[in-house]
Amino acid sequence: MKFNSAFLRWSAPLVMGAALMTGTAHAQADGTECIAPAKPGGGYDLTCRLAANGLQETGLIDKPMMVTYMPGGIGAVAYNHVNGVRNDDPNLIVAASTGAAVNLALGKFGQYDASEVRWLGALGVDYGAIVVKADAPWQTLDDLMQDLKKRPGGIVFGAGGTVGSQDWMKAALTAKAAGISPRKLRYVAFEGGGESLAALLGDHIQVFTGDLSELRPHLESGKVRVLAALAEERVGGPYADIPTAAEQGYDVEWPIWRGYYMGPDVSDKAYNAWEDRLEKLADNEQFAKMREARGLFPMARFGDDFDGYVKKQVAQFKQLAKEVGLSQ
Amino acid sequence: MFDFLIHGFDVALTPLNLGLAFLGALLGTLFGALPGIGPINGIAILMPLAYTLGLPAESALILLAGVYTGAEYGGRMSSILLNVPGDAGAVMSTLDGHPLAKKGLAGPALGLSAVSSFVGATIAIIGLTLFAPLLARVAVMFGPAEFFALMVFAFSSMAVMMGKDPVKTGIGAVLGVMIAMIGVDSGTGVMRYTFGLAELYDGIDFVVMIIGLFAISEILLMLEHANRQDAGDAMPPVGRVMVSLKEVLYCKWAMLRSGVIGFIVGVLPGTGASVAGAVSYTTEKRLSDKENTFGTGDMRGLAAPEAGNNASAAGSFVPMLTLGIPGSGTTAVLLGALMLYNITPGPMLFSERPEVAGGLIASLYIGNIMLLALNLPLAGFFAKVLTIPRWVLVPAIAILAFVGVYQLHSDLMAIYLMLVIGIFGYLLRKLGFSLAPVILGYVLGGLMEDNLRRALSISGGDMGILWQSGISIGLWIAAVLLLVLPWLLPRLLPGKSPARA
Repeated sequence: MKFNSAFLRWSAPLVMGAALMTGTAHAQADGTECIAPAKPGGGYDLTCRLAANGLQETGLIDKPMMVTYMPGGIGAVAYNHVNGVRNDDPNLIVAASTGAAVNLALGKFGQYDASEVRWLGALGVDYGAIVVKADAPWQTLDDLMQDLKKRPGGIVFGAGGTVGSQDWMKAALTAKAAGISPRKLRYVAFEGGGESLAALLGDHIQVFTGDLSELRPHLESGKVRVLAALAEERVGGPYADIPTAAEQGYDVEWPIWRGYYMGPDVSDKAYNAWEDRLEKLADNEQFAKMREARGLFPMARFGDDFDGYVKKQVAQFKQLAKEVGLSQ
Repeated sequence: MFDFLIHGFDVALTPLNLGLAFLGALLGTLFGALPGIGPINGIAILMPLAYTLGLPAESALILLAGVYTGAEYGGRMSSILLNVPGDAGAVMSTLDGHPLAKKGLAGPALGLSAVSSFVGATIAIIGLTLFAPLLARVAVMFGPAEFFALMVFAFSSMAVMMGKDPVKTGIGAVLGVMIAMIGVDSGTGVMRYTFGLAELYDGIDFVVMIIGLFAISEILLMLEHANRQDAGDAMPPVGRVMVSLKEVLYCKWAMLRSGVIGFIVGVLPGTGASVAGAVSYTTEKRLSDKENTFGTGDMRGLAAPEAGNNASAAGSFVPMLTLGIPGSGTTAVLLGALMLYNITPGPMLFSERPEVAGGLIASLYIGNIMLLALNLPLAGFFAKVLTIPRWVLVPAIAILAFVGVYQLHSDLMAIYLMLVIGIFGYLLRKLGFSLAPVILGYVLGGLMEDNLRRALSISGGDMGILWQSGISIGLWIAAVLLLVLPWLLPRLLPGKSPARA
């Protein structure tokens, strides 16, 4: 075969370029990594980017942290991956939230339960929210609840998780607070908050049980109305006008912590180093601004304190799952 | 009204932003050309870099949007040259692109696809400029029931691909749908076909699927032929490298139609470049394949999916910029980038941050011209890949396939899965199956099932919801017409179009 000399000359830099690119991919494996167990753009993505950008900007890590996406099984795939494959990777943290605790409580993560990983810490907390379209007939949570009592199957709820997920729990607890069995609730599972919001704007569902932080970009647009924040008390900043459910006479709370876990066989040295890193980050003023920009509220639980908190929470959810008729 | 665009060109034409648009276009073309690295990974790799460099929001967005559109350009290269799609949107480009290369027309095929990409993207960018807020309202009218009807329409338009062996096409599509079922069921959280393997909870990832099905089976075929000495197997010498004006004009309607189709598909949230490529190809085949030359290296069969997938990339910016809802996986990542800069996407974006919205749209115009300028001369250069002997090419593709899949998953299981799918694909090809219906069944089947389930949970099990809205009724009618007309027309109009029968 006859080679064109120009092609030969050019193939060298091309091959070098390809080699460099694979090299970069490889080099990143030595740096820190955060797995977001979902598709890009959702809450887990936000959680990973909070750590990645925070640690980078405050100089707590010198190389940019890689954020990878591992969607599937609402976090089960990542959980099993960390348990089975990268169980001792000292550079890997995985984003988790209340949703992961719910799934653990329901036994959705397969053979593994909450005690299998090392819970590292939480950098912020978010709250559930009951959202309707701006032109919906309900002005307050009470309006919605009264209507729901009249026709439990007539109002369609939707959110980004399957039946049994934390997004569903919010809807189920809301129904329960109105004295309606969660089983009677009409609920549609979408793939993430973005799709659910599109369905709400398109009148395909009437109520979206989302999270406050993911609603931030839509608060000013005037297209949706947040009927209630599922928080203990009113949260500040751009959310100051949103009443809590408790204020309106319904006892529904749904805090969603945003935190991280590591593999079960990670050494104490690596675990403590990460705990130290996150604690320093949480105290940083610059980071406080970043957290606020993402619509998250302060939460500072790290190391063993957080580990205990999550395990206790999972135990509570198991109890709750029985109450709403989901226990397995 | 178009103040934002004039302002946008001011922003996009600064030396820094021009340079970034060029860099994005170049890197994007490379990312797209390498199997396994698609626009999502490209952007995910570059986003931290843009942020770390302290680029202002509009510059970062210009760079990342360049990568996105560039990747849709680059994806076609390996489709045409190696019969291996470089990314999800380029699957349909293999059908006529590779046969063209086999005819010795690799250079013109690459040139033509660059022109089609340009035309498709241009149509979509103009659509984005003129109709963005209006289209955003239409896009949200697409609920689960409408999406289901759209998928039915897409499946029925696939019927044209039945060609000489309808049974095998049908089996292929069903196999694809079955593969899409693997993993957690979105409605109930129940595991299906996972055999207790956690790695399968996730389902079969798109990249693993196309690299296995196309690249690995291609490698196996090449290996099988490696020992044969018959000359007929060798690629013909690369002839002329430039596409002629006549060839471009021959495909003008294919490009224009597919550009519009791709744009519309791109605007809808939840459907991306792969669906756009499939619908534009099948529509074009339906409309203009009078001599049954599609699939054997018809230029129009290459121009259609290329115009379609590039148009969908620009179209997916519509819901992102106007509603803050991502139209594709890639725009979801871009949305994350916007939020990092504390920018609120939505209708207010155009009045509150005109430099961001306008700068991005202006940079799409500029980047598109850059990509054409970059890709046309390169066509001849890349066409020479075909002169590389098999013993160099096969290991090179294998390395790219393995590295591509591993860098995405960092998990050996994905590699094994890719190999299993590859052997499966090889067997299918040996048995005379076409791979396109398998991949279409896989892409459309998953979307179809999810949306059917959602529609039925909205209505509480009442099937009526599926044909309640005007949009769904229109789609159902279109789907039925697509199936019935080719059979009915020759009977109603005897003698008028005997070639169709």
